[in-house]
Amino acid sequence: MVETDRSEDPSCPCTNGMFTARPQRRRFLFAAGAATLAGAKTVSAATNAAPTVPPDPTRVPGRGTGEDGGYGSRSGFETARRVLGPVPNSLTTWTFTPLAEQVGNLTASGLHYERHHAGIPAIDPARHGLMVHGLVERPLRFSMADLKRLPLVTRRHFIECSGNTGGAYQRLPLKTVQVSHGLLSTSEWTGVPFAAVAREVGIVPHASWVLAEGADAAVMTRSIPMEKMMRDAVLAFGQNGEAIRPEQGYPLRLLLPGFEGNTNIKWLRRLQVSDKPFMTREETSKYTDLMANGIARQFVFTMEAKSVITFPSGEMRLPGPGYYEIGGLAWSGRGRVKSVQVSLDGGANWHNAALSEAPQPMCTVRFSLPWRWDGKPAELQSRCIDETGYVQPSHAALVAARGLNFYYHYNAIYPWNVAADGSVTHAAA
Amino acid sequence: MRRRSWRGALLAVAFAVPAVAKAAPATGIGTRLTQADLAQVFAIPPDGRGLPAGQGGVVQGAAVYAQVCAACHGENLQGVKTIGAPALIGGRGTLTTKPLKTVESYWPYATTLFDYIKRAMPMNAPGSLTNDQVYAVCAYILSRAHIVPPDAVMDARTVPSVQMPNHAGFEPN
Repeated sequence: MVETDRSEDPSCPCTNGMFTARPQRRRFLFAAGAATLAGAKTVSAATNAAPTVPPDPTRVPGRGTGEDGGYGSRSGFETARRVLGPVPNSLTTWTFTPLAEQVGNLTASGLHYERHHAGIPAIDPARHGLMVHGLVERPLRFSMADLKRLPLVTRRHFIECSGNTGGAYQRLPLKTVQVSHGLLSTSEWTGVPFAAVAREVGIVPHASWVLAEGADAAVMTRSIPMEKMMRDAVLAFGQNGEAIRPEQGYPLRLLLPGFEGNTNIKWLRRLQVSDKPFMTREETSKYTDLMANGIARQFVFTMEAKSVITFPSGEMRLPGPGYYEIGGLAWSGRGRVKSVQVSLDGGANWHNAALSEAPQPMCTVRFSLPWRWDGKPAELQSRCIDETGYVQPSHAALVAARGLNFYYHYNAIYPWNVAADGSVTHAAA
Repeated sequence: MRRRSWRGALLAVAFAVPAVAKAAPATGIGTRLTQADLAQVFAIPPDGRGLPAGQGGVVQGAAVYAQVCAACHGENLQGVKTIGAPALIGGRGTLTTKPLKTVESYWPYATTLFDYIKRAMPMNAPGSLTNDQVYAVCAYILSRAHIVPPDAVMDARTVPSVQMPNHAGFEPN
């Protein structure tokens, strides 16, 4: 397939194939804060010693059924894991999904990105409930069992932290796609539409906002427009066929398709209906977007159309010239992805990529483009066009529109350089 | 970048919501909340609705701050980067250059300060402060930020009336 095989070269990150699973775990630098550069901490976990395998698995019986205790786990050869952001304490933290190693469109629940403001709470679902009150005719509490009796929906949606790729405004070195774009994950979510709960409590006519509150030690709160709550908010208890993981809000989270991750309140315990936003700490001092004139945009909820090439991507090395399938993910908080285009020459020419399935609203979709690399330096880019006609902008266009004191909602094209030796780096680095 | 205002979206729903509001419950599922249930929770909007009884001044607030806040936010409210605790004061006039976002320079409402401290601080024991202590530490922080005078007393009436320096610094998307 390739003209040069460097797989025996121990200095090459391609030793275990073209992907950088081991180098990503061992060491890489990145920056995610506004000012700090720090070495990444890896999430501590049992070391992945290679499993013992027989020379020929057809000559010995396999392991017995049921030895996994009734809940299966992945092969010991699979090493993809979340990595922890450069944070000074273990309570207010974030971890990145390994997008380059994600297989398919859904993120494994154990690899879903995390953002916690005061740790991960331990909650007994039998004691957990949802209070719905404020501007309603009948203030009610719903137990988890109550909620599961209401009409349910199952939908695939991405959740993206509004800080995803935020360091790129300042051209900080986000070297791998895991740290540049890994505050993005996609799951199949199951739960009750807020509209069904609204019918039970009776929303008064002038109600226009809903405060959502979590049961973690941050008692996280955000104000959400009623229009969004009624249109497509889901009170979700299911993720990828099982109960939501504790890191994603067990036993209940708010799901607001296409809205910035922070508004998707985890460990949801309370909804207070109001006629005004509450101006909580997160929606004033934190998740607001400072413009060059010193004024901050507030309630910037929607994650705009965006895409990124996950193969090849930063810190990989192509073994040599030959055929490759360029691949990546595209998404839009405005609706469906309409098309994705890929450039092999730094944006001079664009080619329509293939989409792996019919795109769903506010959901990622995989794209791909066959490519025969001639061994010369190349700059790979992707851009997403969503069903509203919006085209993912260039870095220059985004910065011109927003200035450099914006931190959140970075959605510009993210180019990768492929050097003559096959090594891949962020083109702006 | 932005293409549609949320105000427009809210107008659209203004006609839809009353139809829902008039409807009887579809299933009858759920248990009626009592006043006692609702007394356990709070969220304080800018008009101060829901602020509890109690009060606190700068001197008491300095003592509370020294005891439970200073370890993370620093003796002079300057923040401690290695702990991850942000600066609480300073930064006025920096928002168009190299922004230092603090309570003093950035936060638009004092009600948010009360709500957040009562809700989530101190980080190692959230919810442990009395209402008087929360009022007092608000008074202390706002005083050190030169937003209220050194003899200020914070209570349910005064917190919503505090004029924050960056009050006009936000616009809805």
